[in-house]
Amino acid sequence: MKLLTSSAMALALLANSAAAEGELVIYHWFEYMPAELLEKFEAETGIKVTMDTYDSNEAMLASLKAGGMGTYDVAVPGDYMVQIMAGEGLLDTIADGELTNKGNIASAWADPSFDPGRKHSIPYQWGSTSFSVNTEDYDGEINTTDLLFNPPEELSGKINMLDSQGEVMALAALHMGFPQCDTDRDRLSALNDMLQNAKTHWASFNSDTAKEVLVSGDVSVGMIYDGFSAKAREERASITYAFPTQGYVVWMDNVVLLKDAPNRDSAIKFMDFLLEPENIAAVSNYARYGLGVTGAEEFLDPDLATLPEANPPETAGAGAFIAVCDQATQAVYDQIWTNLKN
Amino acid sequence: MAGGAAPGGSTASDTYARARHWLLMPSWAVLGVFVLAPVCVMVIYSFLTKEFRGGVIWDPTLAAYDQFFFDRGLFGDSDPKLQWTYITIFWRSIWQAGLATILSLLIGFPTAYYIATRPAKTRALWVFLITIPYWVNLLIRTVSMKFLLRDEGPLNDFLLNIGLITEPLQIINTNLAVQLGLFYSYLPFMVLPIYAAVERYNFSMSEAAADLYATKWTTLRRIVLPAVRPGVIAGCILVFVPSLGAFLAPDLLGGAKNFMIGSLIEEQFKGNAGNWPFGAAASMILLSMVLILLMIFAHQQRRAEASA
Amino acid sequence: MSAKTDVRTYTGFRFMTILCLVVLYAPLIVVTVYSFNASRSLTVWEGLSLRWYAEVFVGPESAKFKQAALNSFSIALIAATLATAIATAAATAIVRGGKFRLRTPSLGLITLPIMVPEIVLAVATLIFFNSVGFTRGYMTILVAHIAFCIPFAYLPIQARMQGIEDTYEHAAMDLYATRAQAFRRILLPLMMPGIISGFLLAFIVSLDDFIITNFVKGAGVETLPTAIFGSVKQGLKPNIMAISTMLLGFSIVMVTLSYFASKRNNTQ
Repeated sequence: MKLLTSSAMALALLANSAAAEGELVIYHWFEYMPAELLEKFEAETGIKVTMDTYDSNEAMLASLKAGGMGTYDVAVPGDYMVQIMAGEGLLDTIADGELTNKGNIASAWADPSFDPGRKHSIPYQWGSTSFSVNTEDYDGEINTTDLLFNPPEELSGKINMLDSQGEVMALAALHMGFPQCDTDRDRLSALNDMLQNAKTHWASFNSDTAKEVLVSGDVSVGMIYDGFSAKAREERASITYAFPTQGYVVWMDNVVLLKDAPNRDSAIKFMDFLLEPENIAAVSNYARYGLGVTGAEEFLDPDLATLPEANPPETAGAGAFIAVCDQATQAVYDQIWTNLKN
Repeated sequence: MAGGAAPGGSTASDTYARARHWLLMPSWAVLGVFVLAPVCVMVIYSFLTKEFRGGVIWDPTLAAYDQFFFDRGLFGDSDPKLQWTYITIFWRSIWQAGLATILSLLIGFPTAYYIATRPAKTRALWVFLITIPYWVNLLIRTVSMKFLLRDEGPLNDFLLNIGLITEPLQIINTNLAVQLGLFYSYLPFMVLPIYAAVERYNFSMSEAAADLYATKWTTLRRIVLPAVRPGVIAGCILVFVPSLGAFLAPDLLGGAKNFMIGSLIEEQFKGNAGNWPFGAAASMILLSMVLILLMIFAHQQRRAEASA
Repeated sequence: MSAKTDVRTYTGFRFMTILCLVVLYAPLIVVTVYSFNASRSLTVWEGLSLRWYAEVFVGPESAKFKQAALNSFSIALIAATLATAIATAAATAIVRGGKFRLRTPSLGLITLPIMVPEIVLAVATLIFFNSVGFTRGYMTILVAHIAFCIPFAYLPIQARMQGIEDTYEHAAMDLYATRAQAFRRILLPLMMPGIISGFLLAFIVSLDDFIITNFVKGAGVETLPTAIFGSVKQGLKPNIMAISTMLLGFSIVMVTLSYFASKRNNTQ
């Protein structure tokens, strides 16, 4: 009899989980979420996951504003983009107590300026953006943004840039020693001229293939994210990540709850899932970036602590987050970017 | 506009005249709602105001066209000058598509001519061979081309091995790669109409010319070419028009660095730019160019038919 | 007599033809060959292997490609069937409907999707769906495909119908067949080769389409071309070559079918 009731309860539990089955549509960066983790989530919750990818914060925003709202549940914008999206009213608010694991968020990331009080987002991964050099092709000093913006003759035509406005412009500003969201006309003109000249040395703009072009040897210098570069190094040992003395871009990607999410409950479950130390550690182990959850150390690949891509040398300049500009200022940067891309 | 397609008038039958409106209803409905109406909405969008960070505001303006044609400086308040950026992109597209067309013509014409002069039996097989690649997914063909042309790809390997070159040719991410890609994508479109025209050509005209001591190349230039001209023009249009709006070849083979019209438009909707009215305006300008081209073509075709 | 064949041939044209075929086939052959390469590297040949084909079916991306293939084939099948039906009706009205004022505009409308550059059609469709508030997804792809497949189905059907004299139908009607019977029993069977060619052309065009699909697809709905594009963007991988080779094989089967259909077309 006891056996019967317990199996009935087990059945009821199964039925429950079947009833709780739903869908989840994720809008995520390309090649950055391990497929096994999604399978684990599907197995634990019975929720069917669909994932679409994008290759820059700006492209994601454009796509969401172009009729994408209401079709995705969560997205993974970078820090400055969380602020922009919240300002645009694209994010839903997570009520207090809705996230069971909210307490797991590391204190350093619990109240960031781009989302005070973590009302719309949870930390996902953080890292930096600069560039990597194939040291087989170039044996000079690599820790300088000159390699991107004022390269020596031998590297001309062997450079790939990320197709990402925010990161290219921020790095360019660091190269010139200018502030971001600058309103000084002379400096902005100088920035524009510098980029126009630098462009003549660039082979391509591509984010998705940032790793591939370095590994295949198609380019010798490529703008890239630190974790992506660590993965490139696994395939070609001579790929070295640079920490320019002028500074580099730092970022934190965050999982946000989108307004009009068709499967809001699934989205909350997914966020709780990613706040479990073991799960988010799996992302870090795969993507080679840092995480923002406490108690994950025991699950992390020990190599991560000593990654050359994540440990800037003393000579490195300061890391800078991308700033959010007002409309008039942004219009000038948009114009500079348009000039650059055409 | 209907000049491109056969007007279908040779057998003017009216067997189903009473049902004709019912028979046409489904195509009017589907194409009217999902082709004609969208193009009209696109025209409207090209006159709307761009919203900060994507989207549109329903406020009529000429800003999109102004942005296309006039440069108001980095800060938007200088005196307007002619904007070369986008004109350059359009010019580059025309130039790339034009070179691809010429390349296709140079290879396509002899091929079409050769096939059309084969015995009737083998001709069908030749045509079959030419058409197969057209049936293969354009994306796959472009990817194949990218693989072939890579710095460390099979073409460079081959040329290095036979000693024709000592250093790999850098073709990928250049304009040449885009031209080759476009040429390769649409080559069958060049061969088939020319083939059809040469097949209809009456070779006794060549013989008559030979009897009058015309050299063979003179005959080709003065007799054959004028006779098959509609086929040649049709082939050029069929290569040029899709090349003009191509997106895959510049993106995959050109390194997405030197924009063509297709990539410029795509960037406004899927990429960083997010400027819908401008994308709609650029589409409108491209569409107008193509329609003008087709009208000239239709006019030529009518003249050729009238003189024939 | 030799002089006669002589005026037809030009030295060098045969070479150009062979060059043309080499250019057309070289990339396809190279990709086919490398899809059987055992190595993960694209440049090193390590012997024959079917591992990339296995990876397509059981590898980490297999679920995505299976779903994409299912979407592609179901969309192509539905779109080509509906487009062929619509095109057959339209061709009957235009070829057999006598002269009427709407004839030329109708023909213009039907051929519009091939006159308008594809990117423009893609933009227009995206804006349209957005302005009327359609949520992008499977249905938006399907509807767009039906629309742009119509002219591709229409042209072979029209060409075939023009070649059929209407005397057969009139003879049938003289023998007291109704118009509908004449259509179903006489015209439709005679048109069948054209209808098959039209259907196959529409099917392939739908299966092939990347640009329009890429614009109108919704969250997580991929077709084979968009899924392949997504993968290729991150670099060419051997499993993509395996998929390409399979699609290549499929296309060749389809062309061969349409070749024999058109052969029947010619002999009838």
